[in-house]
Amino acid sequence: MKVLVCISNVPDTTTKIAFTDNNTQFNTAGVQYIINPYDEIALARAIELCEGGKGTITVINVGDASTEPTIRKALAIGADDAIRVNAAPRDAYFVAKQIANVAKDGGYDFILTGRESIDFNGSQVAAMVGEFLSIPSISIIKKLDINENTASIEREIEGGKEVIETPLPFIASCAEGVAEPKIPNMRGIMSARTKPLIVVEPTEITKVAEVKSYETPAPRGQVKMIDAADMEKLVDALHSEAKVI
Amino acid sequence: MSVLVYVENADGKFKKSTFEVVSYAKEIANQLGTSLTALSIGNVADGALAELGKYGAQKVLTVNNDKLKSFVNQAYASIISSAAKAEGSKVVVLAASFSGKGLAPRVAVKLEAGLVDGAVELPDLKDGKFTVKKTAFSGKAFAHVELTSAVKIVSLVPNSFKVVERPEAANVTAFESTAAESDFGVMIKDIVRASDKISLPDAELVVSAGRGMKGPENWGMVEELANLLGAATACSKPVSDAGWRPHSEHVGQTGIAISPNLYIAIGISGAIQHLAGVSSSKVIVVINKDPEAPFFKVADYGIVGDAFEVLPKLIDAIKKFKEAA
Ligand SMILES: Cc1cc2nc3c(=O)[nH]c(=O)nc-3n(C[C@H](O)[C@H](O)[C@H](O)COP(=O)(O)OP(=O)(O)OC[C@H]3O[C@@H](n4cnc5c(N)ncnc54)[C@H](O)[C@@H]3O)c2cc1C
Ligand SMILES: Nc1ncnc2c1ncn2[C@@H]1O[C@H](COP(=O)(O)O)[C@@H](O)[C@H]1O
Repeated sequence: MKVLVCISNVPDTTTKIAFTDNNTQFNTAGVQYIINPYDEIALARAIELCEGGKGTITVINVGDASTEPTIRKALAIGADDAIRVNAAPRDAYFVAKQIANVAKDGGYDFILTGRESIDFNGSQVAAMVGEFLSIPSISIIKKLDINENTASIEREIEGGKEVIETPLPFIASCAEGVAEPKIPNMRGIMSARTKPLIVVEPTEITKVAEVKSYETPAPRGQVKMIDAADMEKLVDALHSEAKVI
Repeated sequence: MSVLVYVENADGKFKKSTFEVVSYAKEIANQLGTSLTALSIGNVADGALAELGKYGAQKVLTVNNDKLKSFVNQAYASIISSAAKAEGSKVVVLAASFSGKGLAPRVAVKLEAGLVDGAVELPDLKDGKFTVKKTAFSGKAFAHVELTSAVKIVSLVPNSFKVVERPEAANVTAFESTAAESDFGVMIKDIVRASDKISLPDAELVVSAGRGMKGPENWGMVEELANLLGAATACSKPVSDAGWRPHSEHVGQTGIAISPNLYIAIGISGAIQHLAGVSSSKVIVVINKDPEAPFFKVADYGIVGDAFEVLPKLIDAIKKFKEAA
């Protein structure tokens, strides 16, 4: 079994988000980068499914050389090898095209991504890759099992879940519940240094989207404190002042 | 030309979020000086389809087909893109629902279109441009994304645009499915919907609780409060990690991002990763026994107190309020 896991390199979840150049650039000063938390879930499930020699895992990242520590971390966690497409990730369309290009002749049985990247929250890449490759894409999955030639999947829907069976190959975007993220052990960290990491050049495509500027949310007004004994006052405030109940 | 809006149904019925996207798409159509076409897939009754006119759809295309009764991602994407082509639509609007998130990117590739997933406002059409505001960095910021492709696709976050009535006489016509056999590889085995539950992403009111509740056995109060208000329930990550509540209730940076009208946070400290998913709630109430809890900094109303004492009082106060109403 051959599995491809897509990983993106994102600011650590505790990062204070700020912008420079008149709010057109994300301020990367002092920012720590990590594997997108959902991608760790995807990778963890891939490792579980490949355990005992049942398969091999390639991780792919579209990014410039600065993402290599994140790729090495994925190798330390347990991926077998890695591919980096040497380009700054411009938009999801571009990223998906690069991944599809690499995957189309790779013979992967399935491809996993995270449900969304925590920086741009696009949740676009998985389904776009699916469309580029003309394979099924299942977004925001909670459970994944591989049978002979099919996969059993549970997908989240409003107020419930959908149980799905899909033929291989397919691509799915993983959410919480699929697996618990794995922490690299010492042997993993040592071997990560020598595992293969191939760099490939991107294919150019026309730009379809561009971030023009950023904005930080307006600060909320002063908090109104209400006495814990006086819940009538809270209910009244929610009704007559905030008008939400 | 016309703007095309895909109208999602659940078991043949349209939800409020569907009327939100129709209202949103209508406003875009008005600003572009064009008409609005809605596309429905699945078994929806004619009456419900005609009702889309109330929110401004002049034309309703419907694909009524048993094979398409439940959501088949690839097949739906094929139909939406061929409808967009047939209508010559330069703008396609969908809901950023669970299904919408799977659909929009496929439609985008088929139409070689740029996509903004998770718009929170109307696009800015100044100088002939098309720039859409969306959340970024998991609610810690917004990005203004310009779409530069010929066809543009926008999916709208539930609860971020008001339903507006702009009555039109909707002309309902059948649309032929263009889905190929190969679009039906995925089989839906089962759909499990807890019908008594309000779905979290759509909910206008949310009652959420964290580790301060001590254990799953204490969620009765949280659920009672939610039921009284007609609210959905949510929780912090450690609570779902510990299995006290299902993963589907986990909100935050690595859970669901929500923007309800009211978010009540009980015994949640307000860690930055939690706030990321809830900070776009319109009104936030925080109940925490620690006056220094960071959550108070982003709250509209704060109550310092023990949840085990505050909740029964709040439940009583709501009961009284409901009886008086
Ligand atoms: C990569 C990463 C991603 C994360 N993603 C998320 C996410 O998506 N969502 C999320 O929620 N967290 C997330 N976290 C975890 C986050 O950092 C916090 O640890 C978590 O939100 C804390 O949950 P909590 O507030 O329920 O618990 P605690 O931090 O333990 O807080 C409990 C609160 O309850 C109060 N309390 C205790 N007893 C009572 C009482 N009797 N009455 C009233 N108040 C009481 C306490 O004063 C305290 O403020 C993430 C962390 C990481 C590292
Ligand atoms: N630059 C990238 N390189 C590789 N995979 C990516 C990249 N960006 C996003 N992905 C994958 O696509 C998923 C969804 O990302 P997005 O569509 O950007 O929200 C992520 O969880 C990753 O698995």
